[in-house]
Amino acid sequence: LTGAVSRVSGANTMEKATPYADASSYNNFYEFGTDKADPAKYAHTLQTKPWTVEIEGLVKKPGRFDLDALLKLSPMEERIYRLRCVEGWSMVVPWVGYSLAELIKRVEPLGSAKYVEFITQADPKTMPGVRSRVLDWPYVEGLRLDEAMHPLTLLSFGMYGEVLPNQNGAPVRLVVPWKYGFKSAKSLVKIRFVEKQPVNSWGRSAPQEYGFYSNVNPNVDHPRWSQASERRIGEDGLFAKKRKTLMFNGYEAQVGQLYAGMDLKKLY
Amino acid sequence: MVALRHALKHRSAKPVLWLLCSLPFVWLVWGAANDALGANPAEYVIRATGDWTLRLLCVTLAVTPLRVMLGVPELAKLRRMFGLFTYFYVVLHLLCYSWLDMGFEWGDIADDIAKRPFILVGFSAFLLLTPLALTSFNRAIRWLGAKRWQWLHRLVYGVAMLAVLHFFWMRAGKNNFAEVFVYALVLFVLLAWRVVHSSMWRQLSRSVGFTR
Repeated sequence: LTGAVSRVSGANTMEKATPYADASSYNNFYEFGTDKADPAKYAHTLQTKPWTVEIEGLVKKPGRFDLDALLKLSPMEERIYRLRCVEGWSMVVPWVGYSLAELIKRVEPLGSAKYVEFITQADPKTMPGVRSRVLDWPYVEGLRLDEAMHPLTLLSFGMYGEVLPNQNGAPVRLVVPWKYGFKSAKSLVKIRFVEKQPVNSWGRSAPQEYGFYSNVNPNVDHPRWSQASERRIGEDGLFAKKRKTLMFNGYEAQVGQLYAGMDLKKLY
Repeated sequence: MVALRHALKHRSAKPVLWLLCSLPFVWLVWGAANDALGANPAEYVIRATGDWTLRLLCVTLAVTPLRVMLGVPELAKLRRMFGLFTYFYVVLHLLCYSWLDMGFEWGDIADDIAKRPFILVGFSAFLLLTPLALTSFNRAIRWLGAKRWQWLHRLVYGVAMLAVLHFFWMRAGKNNFAEVFVYALVLFVLLAWRVVHSSMWRQLSRSVGFTR
């Protein structure tokens, strides 16, 4: 699965991509277990065919898209994004997909739609982690409609020029590069347009630690660790120096205006 | 039990156990040198040294209950070695955190300890364990007197509780408690055994009619 070089501003960082072996073996995807190595070990059971994504809620044109329809909806682009995990590590990943806005425009949100809720696959038969009580399943994430419409918000089907490996959220996932990684929901099955701010899974589980916005922000620490710096995966081994974390993960020029006037210490 | 006592009496028993206890360290050094510690080697090393500290703490605290229950007095001779290995791994744990996570930025480390309860608890456990390691040799027992030495070394029970709390807090944000509960349960059983055993012993000595 390949895509043309994206012309969206900020979509092509010149930083060195993380080795594919690391990006596909060091994952948080609790539906397959809480250890970083679990998804690569167990995600082969995930059934990605057939796959449909349901669009519902406050839109003029609700309905079901099967995967082929989604793949053909808009031309594929390659986007090289920094990925910053809330745990303090980061990667650089070349994703393949198109702006979520393309899909949103197609389904025509009503004026009352203010937020978008993303619901992901939760099948205890193929996802062993769903049998554990680590989180409430299915895993749910949310964005404000203007965040979801931002051209950097990516609906992704592939990475490194290939179809997404199961452990990275096949067959279709969200990538929101200026937010902590957990906002980028994997293996999407439902996209719902709503009026009220949705409660995301981590926000429900530990609201004092994980906010709805979860924008990458070096000045707002996680209650149990600093967010001022990060460790780049696959860079110079054990003794690599950590690098400074950038405001909005380095996408401030593109997305800063979405948060003008907001107190980001309160709305973390 | 006879076989176990026999094995523990053998002069190679201690060196063999010493080698076993150092295997995790050897593995970490080998893994670091050969890039075999996964995508995030620093995290791997910090977590592994923490895990081994907890495991060896459990082993150390299991020595006395096993010695009494199984009737194997030879176990007593191993307790100091396990205790010192516990300290060895906690020193490595702290060193790896200070180096790989904090880049030896002493100001940042001090801030981190003061600001984050989970780090503070871990650091306190390390501090409490330090006098135990420093007074682990025979002459220290003579200097302090056996009774005072024993009192001092009861700090290990506090260390065990702090260590589990540290681990619990680290996992708390992610609701991932299965492993924490295993360690908590093991340590609880080992501490509860001591409470029950010492009260039984007191009753027994009272009924037999001698005083300490």
